[in-house]
Amino acid sequence: MAATVKYDQVEVGQEIPAVDYVVRRVNLVMYAGASGDFNQIHWNERFAKMVGLPDVIAHGMYTMAQAGRFVTDWAGDPGAVVDFGVRFSSMVVVPDDDQGATISVSGVVEEKLEGGRVVIGLTASSGDAQVLSKARAVVQLV
Amino acid sequence: MALNRDFIGKTYPPSAPYEVSRVKIREFAAAIGDGNPLYRDKDAAQAAGYPDVIAPPTFPIVFSLQSGGEALMDPELGLNFAMVVHGEQRFEYVRPVHAGDELVMTSTITDIRTAGRNELLTVRSDVSTVQGEPVCVTYNTIVERGGAG
Repeated sequence: MAATVKYDQVEVGQEIPAVDYVVRRVNLVMYAGASGDFNQIHWNERFAKMVGLPDVIAHGMYTMAQAGRFVTDWAGDPGAVVDFGVRFSSMVVVPDDDQGATISVSGVVEEKLEGGRVVIGLTASSGDAQVLSKARAVVQLV
Repeated sequence: MALNRDFIGKTYPPSAPYEVSRVKIREFAAAIGDGNPLYRDKDAAQAAGYPDVIAPPTFPIVFSLQSGGEALMDPELGLNFAMVVHGEQRFEYVRPVHAGDELVMTSTITDIRTAGRNELLTVRSDVSTVQGEPVCVTYNTIVERGGAG
């Protein structure tokens, strides 16, 4: 398969509208099981507070996965992503309630490369915090 | 405690093969809340030109956590796991991982450096199939909080 976005129809500076992803405690329990990362700071409030955190925090890779989903949903084909990197700049605190936390992801076309590739700059925030920095994906368009 | 700089450049040989299953990909996709049919439906994946269901871009963390961890467990390195947080992560893809892949990885500690009071360590893992086809390269930077004293 190939991306459904056309290289010729993409311009530098073009914005990809924000999408909100909700994360509740149950999502972190599922992610711990699926990824094999059972660090207690991601599910045990007592432990998280003992090591100086405000509450249970999401796995960084859970947040990165939401940014990845944002890119693959935009591109139309997960296989079109050729490079994907982030820095974890702040934590996503996930309270033990029905609302959980919200990770808001948006993007902008930063650069058009040779060979039909584009660089997408990503922004991810939760509350007032930018939870990813230097987040970018290179996507192969057609 | 400062990390042992002698570990920079140290390479860890290929791990035992990791078998990628449809069930594990579906479980991972469900955990991240991603309903993309290419992660769940073999027919949809094959119609899109893939041999089987493919995995989400961050899926390689599942097996890099399992085998890359070996490099970090060496007591001579001096890493205090209780203080470790994830600093940076990057994937370079040759192609998406798909069900049926049998993957091995070779991991190298490419850098250990101090940033403020923290110690940063980067592991590069080259992932290929057991047949020798390159699939992706992962770069994992962990932060040991307060490690530089």
